[in-house]
Amino acid sequence: MPKAGVNDPEGEAIRGGLLSLGYESVQRVRAGKHYRLRVLAPAADAARSTAEDMATRLLSNPVIQTFVIESVTQAEEA
Amino acid sequence: MSSQIGVITFPGSNGDQDSFDAFALNLGVPTRMVDYREADLSGLAAIVLPGGFSYGDHLRCGAIARFAPAMESLKSFADAGGPVLGLCNGFQVLTEAHLLPGALLRNESLRFHCRWVDIRVETTRTAWTHEVTHGEVLKLPVAHGEGAYFADEETLDKLEANDQIVFRYCEPGGTVTPDANFNGSLRSIAGVCNERGNVVGMMPHPERASDPMLGTTDGLKILSSALEYLNVGV
Repeated sequence: MPKAGVNDPEGEAIRGGLLSLGYESVQRVRAGKHYRLRVLAPAADAARSTAEDMATRLLSNPVIQTFVIESVTQAEEA
Repeated sequence: MSSQIGVITFPGSNGDQDSFDAFALNLGVPTRMVDYREADLSGLAAIVLPGGFSYGDHLRCGAIARFAPAMESLKSFADAGGPVLGLCNGFQVLTEAHLLPGALLRNESLRFHCRWVDIRVETTRTAWTHEVTHGEVLKLPVAHGEGAYFADEETLDKLEANDQIVFRYCEPGGTVTPDANFNGSLRSIAGVCNERGNVVGMMPHPERASDPMLGTTDGLKILSSALEYLNVGV
């Protein structure tokens, strides 16, 4: 997601579209990216830690973006 | 010292041949195309990262290019004081590689801008602005969708204090106005340098303004500055 203070014209344009549809309650839209990763790890914690590392080093640019790791679910490798 | 200029080509670069021609044909200096897989950059006196859409701009503009073998060597080259110039996508690559501060965001208008702009030279201390004068206005083309310069306030203040802002978008007469800042760059920044001044990134394209046939040769002053900096002559 764009950090607080980072201009997000894409989010603004989307908000404009929502307002055109009549959703006048929309105060603000921030546009970001969502990645789904499948990580092979011994435990969920380890997978989360790897995901954090990847998000910091490549998936996000800390100068302009923040990230959250939403959920880590365990799955059998097919 | 070698006087050969290196132009690194990434998959998706499209300004590499323009950059090569500007140096090789318009300035007449030995120039070499460097493949992004090359790790040996010895023998190069200066390196240019060209414009384009390296790796299809996937993830973020310039984000993947920094992992190329040539970029590892470029980092050592820059650390040793070698002149590096990032043009447009090359500027984006340099910020993603942490060789320059800040980042380039989507243009405020959300539109791709392909047009002529005027930029004012803010410092002549860099490797790439030796041949221009402070306050001089250069007319150069831009062609980008993500060129809005961003850095946090603290970094911007530091850039001002350290004389790291190299170019600002301005009116033809040299006045910096909100109107001239077509892409929404913070403090109208069109180009910055590292603290040492050997690494410069800019959104406008000097290589596309390097022959009278192209409308102006203003860009040559930037490209040839490094040669003077290196004392290799033109």
